[in-house]
Amino acid sequence: MLKSRTTLTYGVVAEFDSPDALLEAARKSREAGYKRLEAFTPFPIHGLVDTVGFKDEKVPWIVFLGGVTGASLGYLLQYYTSVIDYPLNVGGKSLNSTPMFFPVMYECTILFAAFGAFLGMLALNKLPQPYHGAFNTPNFERASQDKFFLAIEADDALFDEVETQKFMETTGADNVSLVKESPGAEE
Amino acid sequence: MAAREVLNDQLLTGNQTYQSLDNTIGSMVLDGRRHKKNWYVMLGIAFLLLNGFLLSVGWLLYQGVGVWGNNVPTAWAFDIINFVWWIGIGHAGTLISAILLLVRQHWRNSINRFAEAMTLFAVLCAAQYPLLHTGRPWVAAYWLLPYPNIMGIWPQFRSPLIWDVFAVTTYALVSILFWFVGLIPDLATLRDKATHRAAKVTFGFLSLGWRGSMKHWHRYEQAYLLLAGISTPLVLSVHTIVSYDFAMSIVPGWNVTVFPPYFVAGAVFAGFAMVLLLALPVRAWYGLRDMITMRHIDWMCKIMLATGLIVFYGYILEVFYGYYSASPAELSLIDWRFNGPYAWAYWALIACNGIIPQVLWWNKARQHLPTVFIVALVISVGMWLERFVIIPMSLMRNYLPASDRMYYPTIVDFTMFFGTIGLFFFMMWLFIRFLPVINMFEMKDLLFKQKGHGHGSDEREKEAVH
Repeated sequence: MLKSRTTLTYGVVAEFDSPDALLEAARKSREAGYKRLEAFTPFPIHGLVDTVGFKDEKVPWIVFLGGVTGASLGYLLQYYTSVIDYPLNVGGKSLNSTPMFFPVMYECTILFAAFGAFLGMLALNKLPQPYHGAFNTPNFERASQDKFFLAIEADDALFDEVETQKFMETTGADNVSLVKESPGAEE
Repeated sequence: MAAREVLNDQLLTGNQTYQSLDNTIGSMVLDGRRHKKNWYVMLGIAFLLLNGFLLSVGWLLYQGVGVWGNNVPTAWAFDIINFVWWIGIGHAGTLISAILLLVRQHWRNSINRFAEAMTLFAVLCAAQYPLLHTGRPWVAAYWLLPYPNIMGIWPQFRSPLIWDVFAVTTYALVSILFWFVGLIPDLATLRDKATHRAAKVTFGFLSLGWRGSMKHWHRYEQAYLLLAGISTPLVLSVHTIVSYDFAMSIVPGWNVTVFPPYFVAGAVFAGFAMVLLLALPVRAWYGLRDMITMRHIDWMCKIMLATGLIVFYGYILEVFYGYYSASPAELSLIDWRFNGPYAWAYWALIACNGIIPQVLWWNKARQHLPTVFIVALVISVGMWLERFVIIPMSLMRNYLPASDRMYYPTIVDFTMFFGTIGLFFFMMWLFIRFLPVINMFEMKDLLFKQKGHGHGSDEREKEAVH
């Protein structure tokens, strides 16, 4: 398993100086028919996902489900404790005093929705993931600082180690490199 | 520091590049030499106060809550004053990070990290009091949290006090999540910039393998915006519920419907004062004037002015409702506030929160940093006095003459209060040393927008950042 990994290619990664150059290159790659595009940038570049044609709106639904779960659990907790397990007459109020249960339901809604946002985002992004092929790109530590990287991944139908590199060089990239899944994979 | 600085209209000044922003902020973490004598002195003072706190807690646990001045009828005093004071201070952090994000106020970018850290540590300080005022924090679990215990009893969900437990716990957890989500990309930057192996490994571990992938950013921004969206009603609900602790009782001076909005405004008022108290020295000592500009300070002063007026309106309404109620208990409470032995605290409160902040109407005062600092300090004292006036002063004067009894704080009350200030500043100074105080990736985003999107300079984008 490990041995075969070392021969795998992550893709061709090109380095750019500015977000605009990256956007331009992404548009060109898209026009050339590449579909498995990925970019690595120090801050979110708006319009990039649209250019590449990527869209994922699962996070809001996870947050919504989190909120619904929180509200239901919050109400059930209060109903069970105040009506079933430990009924206590307080000032003649009904055991199931819904208006009084509202604040705790509300806080539970927010708590579960927040965990939904956090865990949902991490899970969909497959984080934490300490190792990833893209990290083998030369100069990749600048991807979190001031450089902008565009990758065409090896599983793209049009991917070819030589041709794709040639194509990337025409997009105005500063550096183009073929990146392996594992650092020890220099041929 | 220069006493007066000119007001500029940029949120980011100086000739900045992505690299210069990273270096200015990142080196505060990666290069210990950025921290001069000031840092060590401040940390030392905070550490001494923190020790005072630990000693007071030790004494409290050994002796019991009798070491405090609380006694029936004044069962709530410094513990609840300080709890409300700290929670209120924390609220400005959430306001800055969540509400200002939702309304697309880009100026929040340079102060949000800082303010969120302040929220966390303020909530940490606040949490000490509900735990410690039980006298035995290790058994507080079944008084506070609903867990199936051997006695077969549950918390009373019709009481605002249990709502408070849920509100504050949720607030603390959501604030941690929001803060950490904001930190992930910056931790990755630090991982990549670090030269020291220990720093590389630590930041590598904490950044969860963040690689700035476009797809990750896409989901990240959705999650971040949603967290902001749910934090906004949360922050309003937390202080509303805190005010219910009082407003839902029948104690004269507490049973007032104006409490929720007036408490929330007071929280923001106190919180912005604390942000300024911390931001002014930090920007001067660490050369962050280009990122926390006079524009930021100006706007924070204006928010303080606005919320201060809401709070002042609350004070006027309290007096109005007292007289309007025609209830002897309420009338006697007002007389007690105006003329009683603690009248000085009431009038000092009016001066600190109602009168002195009005100097912020003047441009010259807002641009004169020592004035801003002193006003912020006065507001912090004023907000503490507000809680003193509301909490113990109302309990000292009740429906029955038999329950009229003076309250005097003890020395332990004060050492614990100043001790939590020590705890707060100790955590804040450690935060300044070990984590980026300004959100690096959002500053880079701001710089990108300020440059006018490369060639196609878009007027609307420009207006949004200026």
